This record gives sequence, structure tokens and C-alpha cells, in this order.
Amino acid sequence: MQIFLPIAEVSVNAFLLLGLGGLVGVLSGMFGVGGGFLMTPLLFFIGIPPAVAVATEANQIVASSFSGVLAHFKRKTVDLRMGTVLLIGGLIGAALGVLVFNYLKSLGQVDLLVKLCYVVFLGVIGGLMFLESLRAIRNTRKGAPPKRKKHNWIHGLPFKMRFRVSGLYISVIPPLVVGVAVGILAAIMGVGGGFIMVPAMIYLLGMPTKVVVGTSLFQIIFVTAFTTMLHATTNYTVDIVLAVLLLVGGVVGAQIGARIGVKMKAEQLRILLAMMVLAVCGKLAMDLLLQPAELYSLGAAGGH
Amino acid sequence: MRPFLILLAFVIALPVWAEDIVLGLSKDQVSINTSFDGSEILIFGAVKREEPIPDEPRLHVIVTVSGPSERVTVRRKEKRFGIWVNTDAVEVDRAPSFYAVSSSTLLGLSLTETEDQRHSVSIPRAIRSVGAPMNITDSESFTRALIRIKSASNQYQLNEGTVSVDEQTLFRTAIELPAALTEGVYETRIFLTRGGNVVSKYETSILVRKVGMERWLYALSRENAFLYGLMSLAIAIAAGWGASAIFTALRR
Repeated sequence: MQIFLPIAEVSVNAFLLLGLGGLVGVLSGMFGVGGGFLMTPLLFFIGIPPAVAVATEANQIVASSFSGVLAHFKRKTVDLRMGTVLLIGGLIGAALGVLVFNYLKSLGQVDLLVKLCYVVFLGVIGGLMFLESLRAIRNTRKGAPPKRKKHNWIHGLPFKMRFRVSGLYISVIPPLVVGVAVGILAAIMGVGGGFIMVPAMIYLLGMPTKVVVGTSLFQIIFVTAFTTMLHATTNYTVDIVLAVLLLVGGVVGAQIGARIGVKMKAEQLRILLAMMVLAVCGKLAMDLLLQPAELYSLGAAGGH
Repeated sequence: MRPFLILLAFVIALPVWAEDIVLGLSKDQVSINTSFDGSEILIFGAVKREEPIPDEPRLHVIVTVSGPSERVTVRRKEKRFGIWVNTDAVEVDRAPSFYAVSSSTLLGLSLTETEDQRHSVSIPRAIRSVGAPMNITDSESFTRALIRIKSASNQYQLNEGTVSVDEQTLFRTAIELPAALTEGVYETRIFLTRGGNVVSKYETSILVRKVGMERWLYALSRENAFLYGLMSLAIAIAAGWGASAIFTALRR
């Protein structure tokens, strides 16, 4: 069934969009990532103009994250206190990120920098997670006890706060810094930032994987809602029809994903996420390295 | 003396204007609704003349449909430090968002270079590119790339031999409008040519506009962007909550 999108001004297959939304929704619920880093390239591929794809994707992530976080609330796997601290950092970071983004835009080459950002971050994070979870799986097979959390310099910082759900008693400075850093990257790369946030929470803050997913989703809702409003009021690029089609699939997928996620072991969850991140990274790296079929591209003039 | 001159001018001018176009369109308005998936417009007509049909040279018909023009930036990638990067860019001042040329025979046969230049008929002539930056020496390759990319998505069409002409009097053709269509006035021109020269020209326009929900949403997103944004968020939250509620209910 073909449907004409009012803002994107293209005609697309409605079932294809429902399917894409569903697929990304499952991943979102399972891993606590918004799925923007997967969905945005997919939307480009089916012919949605990039500006519309990025803006609409943010709106769709609001829906799937909200659906996912409700499922996590029921299982009490959302650390609200940690989420709020991360969110405060995230919003500060997002505002800074928009400034950085506009500065890069004035220099030109913003597309390239976004892509390089993707390749570097996806590559590093995916690689580290993959190796770590592989080691964890091997250790459990051997029967060796998992390593206990070590006390490091992070525990020496002031402004300590108790995060009961995560079982942590740490300073608020590291989560705030993580929030700001992720916020900056999220604004530049046009995604919710879950794929950076999740590993940062696990490895930097030492949060348990089960809590990480819900907390990340909680934080993503607000960051992407902010982004949606920004795009809708400044660039007029949020396509509501496209968003509805994606999110109908997305919210259903997120529910299924959250249930799958709970049944899986933490190491398996992490290694799957790592593999997915590496696959996207590889695809983007190939685009940069191989000669494209069409060397020329069209863009709206004066839209800087 | 003066009446004689006027009469003389009329007699000389007469053969040029002796053939007129009477035109019909299957529709002069294209409505883009939710289920819009491209459209076909039938353009047909007749040649009205006072004297017998001249045998030679043969009559040819050219039909052009041109969408609203826009400025377009064409960028080119080059390999720098091992990766493909956008380097040079050329701004094309005016490129129609859609352009179709249909002719009754090969375009080169039905129109001379001079006439093409005068009336901007062929695709390269319909695009106006004034100047490229100093450092770019091959600006034509950017224009060619624009035509190549637009042709690939059916936005630019050169349909030679698709206008059928009967008895040098009746003509008809169909123009395929793709699904990705910009709103606006689509200028439609019909040329009658003999021996490569334009002997008659007719202009009309087709209005392409969004209707119903498409129109409403588009207008809202521009005129009341804040409300539109809130509406998008409200739908997202409602859908997220709805799915969660339904799944909870299903599990009980």
C-alpha cells in the first residue's frame, strides 16, 4: 500500500515502514538504545530526504522509548535518580552540541564529520564491548567467578549520592559528565545516544546491565522530545505521517524487545549489541572507503 | 501608404501564424492526497489552419512540462586521505524540480539549435547555471550530473517519438508524473515546428497541489510549528503508552 508523505513529499510503502519500525523497536526494547543509528541510514536508503529522516526519527524514538520504559518500570529496572542526573547532563550537552554542530556547519563538511564520528565511536564502543562480553562468556563457561567491582578513583570524588536501584554509592560528577558528553555527541550525530550511553553506564559507572536499559530509555525520551521540538520549529522537517507509521511498528516491537531482553543473559545481550554496532560501523566505513557509484550529489542551495 | 504597409506586414506575417493550436488536457489540476502514487496527464489537441496543409517540411510537435524551479547545489566527491569526501560544489541557479520533453520525432530533427536556445526546450537548456566558482573548470560535468541524477528518478524525462501526430492535424501524448512531486504551477508548452523552426507556440499550466489531510498537515507544520511539534510528541507518547497497556492486558 503506497502512501504519500506530506512533509517528505515522497510516496512509500506503508507496510515497509511498519516493518522497519517494528524491527528497530525490538532492538530498542532489548538493548535500551533508541535505534536511531540504525533507522536513520535505513530511511535514507528507502528515499526519505536526510533532513526529514533525522527529525522524524527523533519523534519515533520518543514513542518506542516511552513504550519500552513503561515495560521496564513494571519490572522496576529504571533508576530514576540516576536517569535524572544523566538527563540534566544530557540537556546541557545537547545545547552545547547544537552550538558545535552549527560551528561545524559553517565550516562545511558537516556530513563527513558526522560519518567519521559514527565510525570512530561505533567502532571503539562496539569493539570494546565485543571483547569484554566474549571474555565474560568464556569465564562463566570455565566456571571462574566474575570479577568484583574494583574501587577506583571515581569513588574518591565528592558529592556522593546513593543510587538504590543500581546499588551504587558514587559521586554525581561522573554521571553528569557522561550525560554532557553523550548529549554533545547525540546532538552532533542526530541520535538519542543510547548506543554510547549504555556502554558508558556499564563500564564507566559500573551499573548493572538490567538497570542500564530502562534508565537509558528514560533519559532518551526527554532528549529526543527536545530534539523533535527543535527540528519541528526550526527546520519544519518532522513528518507526522512517517512518524506514525514507524512508531506503530516501533511501540509493538519495543514491548516484544523488552520481554526478550529480560529473558536473556547480560553477556549475551551485550555481545549482540556489540555485533550490531560493529556491523553498522563497518557499513559506514565502507561508504567512506569505497568509490561511490555516483560521485555527484544534489542538495538544496542556500540551506546552510 | 500606411494602410498599404500594414496590409503588407499582415500578408508577410500570415504564413507564420497560419497554424494555431487548440489544446485539451485530461486534467489541469493534479491533487496530491494520501494515496497519491504518481499521475499521468493526457495532452491532446488539433492544429487549426485557414489554408491547405503544407506538405513540406513536415509538421512536428514538441510538448514540455516544467515544474517550479529551485536553486540546487551539486557536490562532487573526491578521494582525500583515503576516504571519499565532498570537495567541489557548484550552485545551479535555476533547475526545474520536474521537466519532461516529449516530441513527435528525435528532438534534434524537430528543432534547430538556435530555436532550442531561444525557447529553452531541451533539458540542458531548461537548466540555468550562471557561474561556477573560479577553481572549477569543468562546470558542465556538474550540470550533466544534475540531469543524470534527476533522470534516474524520472524527474527529468526526454521522451522522443512519444507525441503521435495524425494527418498533420491531430496530436496527443501522455506525460508520466512521478510520485515524488513538488507542489506548484507546472508550465506546459506546446510547439509546432516545421523544418526545425517554431511556427506556433501555446502555453498553459497545470496546478499540482496537496489536498485534504496532506494539505492540512503541511500547512500546520509551517504556520503553527510549535503546535505541530507538540502534536507529534503527543501522538508518540500516546502510542507508546497504548502499546504498553495493550501488551499488559494481553498478558493477563
